Amino acid sequence: MIFSVEMIYVLMGIIVLGCSLYIFTDRTNSRRLTTGSFYLIYSITLMFGQIIPPFYIGLMVIIMVLIIAGGGLKKSEHVEESITVKEERRKRLGGRLFLPAILIPILTLAGSKLLDGVKIGGKALLDPSNVTMVALGLACLTAIIFAMVMTRGTPTGAVKESRRLLESIGWAVLLPQLLATLGTIYTNAGVGTVVSKAVTAIIPEGSLFWVVVIFCLGMAIFTMIMGNAFAAFPVMAAGIAIPFLINQFDANPNHIAAISMFAGYCGTLMTPMAANFNIVPAALLDLKDKNHVIKVQVPTALAVLAFNIVLMYLLVSLGV
Amino acid sequence: MVLIGVLLIMIGFVLRFNSAVVVTISALVTGMIAGIPITSIITQFGEAFTTNRYMSILIVTLPVIGLLEKNGLQQQASKVVSKIKAITVGRVLTMYLLIREVGAALGLNSLGGHPQTVRPLIAPMAEGAALTKYGKLPEKEQQEIRAHAAATDNIGLFFGEDIFVAVGAILLMNGFFEQNNIPADPISMALWGIPTAIFAFIVHAIRLRMFDKKLDKRLGSRGQ
Repeated sequence: MIFSVEMIYVLMGIIVLGCSLYIFTDRTNSRRLTTGSFYLIYSITLMFGQIIPPFYIGLMVIIMVLIIAGGGLKKSEHVEESITVKEERRKRLGGRLFLPAILIPILTLAGSKLLDGVKIGGKALLDPSNVTMVALGLACLTAIIFAMVMTRGTPTGAVKESRRLLESIGWAVLLPQLLATLGTIYTNAGVGTVVSKAVTAIIPEGSLFWVVVIFCLGMAIFTMIMGNAFAAFPVMAAGIAIPFLINQFDANPNHIAAISMFAGYCGTLMTPMAANFNIVPAALLDLKDKNHVIKVQVPTALAVLAFNIVLMYLLVSLGV
Repeated sequence: MVLIGVLLIMIGFVLRFNSAVVVTISALVTGMIAGIPITSIITQFGEAFTTNRYMSILIVTLPVIGLLEKNGLQQQASKVVSKIKAITVGRVLTMYLLIREVGAALGLNSLGGHPQTVRPLIAPMAEGAALTKYGKLPEKEQQEIRAHAAATDNIGLFFGEDIFVAVGAILLMNGFFEQNNIPADPISMALWGIPTAIFAFIVHAIRLRMFDKKLDKRLGSRGQ
C-alpha cells in the first residue's frame, strides 16, 4: 500500500519528538531532563513500535511509568499571550479560522469512503487494515499544512503549540494505551474465567429479572473498573448472557447485544479509568476538578442504565 | 487469585494514586500471580502497547488545533455566538448533542471529539452564550459549563455510535456470538440500540434545560 497506518504512527512520533526537544531546552522547567525523556521515549515507541522487539517496548513503557511515579513529569510554564495580541490575530482571519478544523472530519470521511479500495499501480492507496485511521492521519496532515499557510505559521510554531497542548494533557496521554494493554494481560492470566464463575454463583436461579439486573450492572461496573466496555462484554456475555439469557430464557441475542453494550457505556460515563473521555477533556478544558465531567454525567448515566434494565427485561420476558 | 489485580485497581482508584502507575502495577502483578514469567509479561506488555497505538490518534490533531488557538480560534467562536441573541447554554449544548448523536449513528464519529471540537468550539460557544445572557461569568459557573460541554460530547457519541453497523462494538459482539455458534445479525443489533439512543437524548436534553434554569437563578438574566 502507498499510505500505511505505520506512517501515521511515525507522524504522531515526530510531533511528540519535537515536543520533547523543546522541553529538553526549556530552562524554566526544573524537571526538563526527566520530562523531556518521558516524551522522547514515548515518541520512540510510537515511531518504531513495529521494529523494536516487544520486550524492549515493554521495558520502555515501564520506564515511562517510573518517571510518572517518581514525579519526574512536570508541566512547563507557558506564558499566556495577552488578549489584545490574540484579538489582533483573530481580526486578520475571522471566520476562516474554523476552516482547517472543519476540514479534518470532512477529509477523513471523504477519504475513508472514496479512497477505500482505490489502487494506484496495483498498490492500495490507503492501508486496507485500517482505512479510517489512515484517512484521519492524512486529513490532519492536510489540515496542518492548510493552517500553516493560512496563519503564516511555521512547522516549528506548530510543534510549539502542540507541545503546549500535549503538556496540558500530561501523563493521561498514555492511559488509553495502558488500559488496552491491561485487558490483554488480564485475558492471558485468565481473569475473565474467574469473574464469570463468581458471577454465575450469585445469580438467584430462575429469576429473569435478577439475571438482567446483574448482567446490566455487571457490564457497567466491570466497565468502570476496566475503563472499557469492550473488555467487559466477553466476560459478562460468557458468564451470563449465553448460559442464562440465551440458553435458559430464550432471549434474542440481537436484542440484548446493543442494550448490554449501552449499559457498559453508562459505566464508561462514570469512571476516571476511561481517561480519554473523562480525564483528558478535564485537562484540555482546564477544569480544577479532574472528575468534574464525570460528576455531570452520572445522573444521565444512571437514568439510561435503569432504562436499559427495564427494556431488556421487557424484551426477553415478552419474547418479542 | 488472579483477581488480586482487579482488587489492586480498585484500591489504587479509591486511594487516588496515579492511574497510569496503578494500571501498570496491576498488569505486572496479575501476570506474575498467574505464573507467567516476568520476561514474557514485559513482552506481552510491549506487544499490546504497540498494537493499541491507534488509541492515541488525537496527537495528530494537536498541531492544527494549537495553531488555530494561537490565532484566536476560541475568541472567534465566542464572538460568533455572542452575536446571536436569546441563545442559552442549554440550547447550544442540546443542539450539539443532537448533531453529535445523529452524526455518530451515521458513522461520523469524527464530527466531534474533545480536542477537535469541544475545546476550540463548543465550550467557548457555551461560555459565550452565558456571557451574552448574564453579562458575567463567575469561575464556578464557567467550570460547570465547560464540564457540561465535555459531558454532552461523550453522551452524544456513546449512545449514537452503536446504531452504526460498522462500529467496533457491534463487530465485536457479532464476532463473539459467532465464535460461540449463536446466530446473530449486526444490522438487527444496531437497530435495537435505537430505543436507548432516543431515551438518552431526551433525558440529557431535559437535564440541559434544568441547567439553564439553574444558571438563570444563580446569575439572573440580564435585561429579561
